[in-house]
Amino acid sequence: MSELIDLSAAEAAKLTRAGELDRAELFDAYRARAAADELNAFTWVAEAAPDGDGVNGSPLGGVPLAVKDLFCTEGVPSQAGSRILEGYRPPYTATVVAQLAAAGAPLLGKTNQDEFAMGSSNENSAYGPVLNPWDRTRVPGGSSGGSAAAVAAGLAPWAIGTDTGGSIRQPAALCGIVGLKPTYGACSRFGMIAFASSLDQAGPLTRDVTDAALLLRHMIGHDARDSTSLPFPGEIAEPAAEDLRGIRLGVPDELAGDGVEAGVLESFRATLALAERLGATVEPCTLPHAPHALSAYYLIAPAEASANLARYDGVRYGLRVDAPDLISMYTRTRSAGFGPEVKRRIMLGTYALSSGYYDAYYGTAQKVRTMISEDFRAAFERFDFIVTPTSPWTAFELGAKTADPLAMYLNDFCTVPMPLAGIPAISIPSGLSDGLPVGFQLAGPAFSESRLLDAAFALEQAIGFDGSAARR
Amino acid sequence: MSTAYEPVIGLEIHVQLATRTKMFCGCELSFGDPPNTHTCPVCLGLPGTLPVLNARAVQFGLLIGLALGSQIAERSLFHRKNYFYPDLPKGYQISQYDVPLCSGGGLGDVRIHRVHLEEDAAKLVHVGESGRIHGSDRSVVDFNRGGTPLVEIVTEPDLTSPEQAREWLTLLRATLKRLGVSDVNMEEGSLRCDANVSVRPVGSEQLGTKTELKNMNSFRYLERGVRAEIDRQIGLLQSGEPVVQETLHFDPASERLTPLRSKEEAHDYRYFPEPDLVPLVITGEMRGLAEAELPELPAARAERFERELGLSAERARELAFRTELGDYYERALAGDGHDPVAVANWIPLLVERIGSDADLAQSKVTPEALATLAGMVIAKEVARDAAREVLTQLVAEGGDPRAIVEQRGLGSISAEDGGLAEIIERAIASDPDAAEQVRQGNMRAVGPLVGFVMKETKGRADGGEITRLIRERVGSES
Repeated sequence: MSELIDLSAAEAAKLTRAGELDRAELFDAYRARAAADELNAFTWVAEAAPDGDGVNGSPLGGVPLAVKDLFCTEGVPSQAGSRILEGYRPPYTATVVAQLAAAGAPLLGKTNQDEFAMGSSNENSAYGPVLNPWDRTRVPGGSSGGSAAAVAAGLAPWAIGTDTGGSIRQPAALCGIVGLKPTYGACSRFGMIAFASSLDQAGPLTRDVTDAALLLRHMIGHDARDSTSLPFPGEIAEPAAEDLRGIRLGVPDELAGDGVEAGVLESFRATLALAERLGATVEPCTLPHAPHALSAYYLIAPAEASANLARYDGVRYGLRVDAPDLISMYTRTRSAGFGPEVKRRIMLGTYALSSGYYDAYYGTAQKVRTMISEDFRAAFERFDFIVTPTSPWTAFELGAKTADPLAMYLNDFCTVPMPLAGIPAISIPSGLSDGLPVGFQLAGPAFSESRLLDAAFALEQAIGFDGSAARR
Repeated sequence: MSTAYEPVIGLEIHVQLATRTKMFCGCELSFGDPPNTHTCPVCLGLPGTLPVLNARAVQFGLLIGLALGSQIAERSLFHRKNYFYPDLPKGYQISQYDVPLCSGGGLGDVRIHRVHLEEDAAKLVHVGESGRIHGSDRSVVDFNRGGTPLVEIVTEPDLTSPEQAREWLTLLRATLKRLGVSDVNMEEGSLRCDANVSVRPVGSEQLGTKTELKNMNSFRYLERGVRAEIDRQIGLLQSGEPVVQETLHFDPASERLTPLRSKEEAHDYRYFPEPDLVPLVITGEMRGLAEAELPELPAARAERFERELGLSAERARELAFRTELGDYYERALAGDGHDPVAVANWIPLLVERIGSDADLAQSKVTPEALATLAGMVIAKEVARDAAREVLTQLVAEGGDPRAIVEQRGLGSISAEDGGLAEIIERAIASDPDAAEQVRQGNMRAVGPLVGFVMKETKGRADGGEITRLIRERVGSES
């Protein structure tokens, strides 16, 4: 049993495809672990593998998949961590989930998350916080905290999540796994319950880089139902690089110095030294507008969210609190259905878009966004990848930052610039600090995922991170 | 002496496009189907769904823009217009805002401000006595209409009277109908018109405070609503009260105007670019396809009728601005040797007989029959009065005018016919005074004599011919 759980997803898929491992046995083993979840990582677990799964030769080999709650799954609760969608079962399945199922990754369960993906600790879920498998008094990060904790704890072989300002990479870092945010438009957003439409991207959360590449290969592609999705140029290859010869890494002063915890900085610097030993050149670079990314993000994302969440009005689905008149019904439903962080961001976004304030807030934020994209464009003329710590700190204790929203927002300091620029970034575990995982982030130009995965793979091999402690 | 005021009127017209499917999803458009049978996750605004722009609706928008001579934006944007209402499933309407598909242009003597694309709201049905949301027992939503493609056409405030507003809307409707982009049925709501109305002292350059009249669902209501609002505003100003900027609902039954929403409830729509859609880029190819599809428009058709067929400007517009009249007319002219002016003059007579709302194409009078009848009058084979009788029978039963004339013995009696000379003799004998006056050149005196002959011939003789023969007979001096 423990041997089965210690297989990576790619290894397990290889065995099932070769007929050396029974898919049903694999599914049941994970199903049992997911059902016995003590981390509150799952909000729903499948009774059994869906019929029709296990088509011989399917590339993902029937290796079961944990799916963040905000992906719509037909007939299966899809609540986005919110009370307002409690019990909501969509009539259709999100494109990426359908693609992965068709490629042979059946739905294992739905994972807990911050409500509508708004949060960095998973404490904003209406269904309770998720615990970090490395230390159950600590948060797993967020908003894809359930997916990250499930993979780290071996409750799922692999998972998908969404990243808007860091929601894949930051929990991956805090849980000691790999998390990739693809280029904006690489994966269809159809069926992803929206937080901030211009930033949201689906991506894999996996035990290693090879698994991430395998999962991503079947997530990408143009979807006629998502006008912002794009055909991916080329395929996602299986990463195989053994070194980093000729690779130029840029280290932005703005994201890799002040405010980063000592232990994190130490692991980061050790990884840079390792990269140099693998043949990479490491030089400082500058992203002058990156320090403003968080401010721009906290105007753009709430603005879009304020509109995206307007549909939860009690009229057609989800929670309705009855009232004698329409306005009171709206008010009562939304007061009862949304948690405090969601309400905070709806108000922020509504304000930022208001007549007379639009130019000063939303308009300015869009200009900053353009400048951040320009910073990256200029940096990629000199560097292959920009590298930073994924999170300024390791997993913090439950409740440590809940009273201070601004401190909580700083979690995303290093991860927010990339989605604003629409570029891909990956977080890999670089080691432990005081027994807690540290994440190392690499960001590349749009559609550089294959190269990014290759570089991450070479580093991963050299780092030799062992995450098995979290699976006990 | 009170100040004289002049109205300033601009129109905002919503046109439901007759595409097969909705603006942002694949649901088919429907009219009169059972409620909520043309819906899908996208047009119901279910979580996770995304809009995909209907290419045909863009094509229709282009056609309208080209027909109105607008500037077509090579790159236009969709925005979200945010407000809460049960007929709006996403909590926002996707509409074009600061960069619309078409800007400027004109139709007739009215300038166009802009033309943009958007989606229609669903339909709210208020159950209970009031018929409006306040005071209703409950309200239910039919999402069949939700997401229907709309084009909004906004004019400049170039109209100066309710009659002109009505006439211009008729031209716009004819143009849209000719383009084939909409059913343009005001009663069914596929053409909806709001009017912005203000008044100002004659000669003033400054615009007065305007009010908005919502959804006048017929040409008549538009004219009456605007007139009532002009009168109301002038009344206010003359009694020293200000006009308040507000949105008004016109009740055609009572001719009363009631405020729809007060300023306190004025919406801040928080427009921002729709992040789920990419900018709408119009390629040269798309534009070329639309240009190729552009038919001859009513204004151009009227000009052609006038220039090439010699119709009066008024008659040309009368036929061209109602596409079905113009089509009927051109079918009637399809045969050889018809006189275009004579045929054109018969069409209003036919419309009068069958009623202006009736469908000409469904009438029993074929275009060929009408042209034949007009030709027979010109050739003096049938007198004008007798021809009107033939038309009456054609409207009732259809048939061939020649056969009807023959069968009923309505053929002309001509000068060569000895009988006519004999009747003229009797006419002169019956009123020698009139005959004498005609001889002296008083042509007004010929009337009773002609009337006598017409009566005797049962209208089969031509009035002009009779006059000529009488003058010949009495030896008129003039």
